[in-house]
Amino acid sequence: MDETKVTEEKLEKAVFKEPFSYSRLFFSTFIISAFTVGGGFVLIPLMKAKYVDEYGWMKENESLDLVSIAQSAPGAVAVNASIIMGYRLGGILGTFTALLATVLPPLITLTVVSYCYDAFATNPYVRMFLKGMQCGVTAILLDVVLGLLMKQIKKKLALPLLIMAGTFIASYFLKIDIMHIILVDAVIGFFLMRDSQYN
Amino acid sequence: MEILLQLFISFATVGVFCVGGGYASMPLIQVEVIEKYGWMSMNEFVDIFTISQMTPGPIGINAATFVGSKVAGIPGSIAATAGFVFPSVVIVLLLAYLYYKYGNVGPIRGILNGLRPAVVALIARAGLDIMLLAFWNKEKLPVDVMQTDKIAVLIFILTYIMLKKKKTGTIKLLFSSGIAGLVFYLATGTHP
Repeated sequence: MDETKVTEEKLEKAVFKEPFSYSRLFFSTFIISAFTVGGGFVLIPLMKAKYVDEYGWMKENESLDLVSIAQSAPGAVAVNASIIMGYRLGGILGTFTALLATVLPPLITLTVVSYCYDAFATNPYVRMFLKGMQCGVTAILLDVVLGLLMKQIKKKLALPLLIMAGTFIASYFLKIDIMHIILVDAVIGFFLMRDSQYN
Repeated sequence: MEILLQLFISFATVGVFCVGGGYASMPLIQVEVIEKYGWMSMNEFVDIFTISQMTPGPIGINAATFVGSKVAGIPGSIAATAGFVFPSVVIVLLLAYLYYKYGNVGPIRGILNGLRPAVVALIARAGLDIMLLAFWNKEKLPVDVMQTDKIAVLIFILTYIMLKKKKTGTIKLLFSSGIAGLVFYLATGTHP
């Protein structure tokens, strides 16, 4: 299958619930980046909830592929994810739109906060607002995780489930470096998961 | 001008070798920024970590912003941040190009199929981490069920219902849960 065919097929399958625009990409990414505390894998499911579930801008499987690539490249995962998702949605201009929207909030926040860190960190109202938002993020994450989990379970394939459980246990309980785990998963995929049933 | 270039190059180096994200960048920043140039002290570095727990953004970006603005003001923070993301832009765009060109070629497809469930696991992991933090203010298991923050659980349930029943958008959900936190904690006189 050649390149254009693949892309066309994927574009066709994505059902746009909201039309794509650069301003929409910038605004939603900016807000998500501005209010998400807790690193790349908290930001990514929120992007997925926005771009895939809410806007229908890309397919779920494609978004997971892009996140795999973002995780495998050097740099911060959140930054990489915004670069590659931006590219997918709006080409090079999309890349810079999403990248700017991801980088600006921490840039602004840290510049401001570094001048008045104590006042910020100990302010009870800030803490209450942040705490509430933390709970909201937990709810959105639960929804994304359950959705992805159910999809994997419904396929009734042993290998992906094994990788999922193994990756979770290895990273959470055994505290093995994520890059090593990813490498093992990639090798398993390379040898055993080329069949289209795993697509 | 020279100092801006130096910041750019320094953080680009951190960006290139920061594989695995997050905490993987720690030793690199330490070598490049603290030991080589003395742009900040170890204490300030630890402070940045604390700040990063409470503010948005990857640790690499936060460190770049902090160091850049300290060394050369706002232009410095922009130069350092641009340096940190520069290698990512080049490498990720190259990978994206390859993905759309060869993504369906057998072995590559196999690798991506192997990584997809791994990504689900990593997202689940982050979900568990943030849930522990939200409900119990703890970073690791085990937790004491008696110590559960009931207001946090309430906000969590309300947000989940809004998400499922009303299909409320992500950004509205984030804001309303933040406001709910403010209102509920103030109303009950408790502190998170």
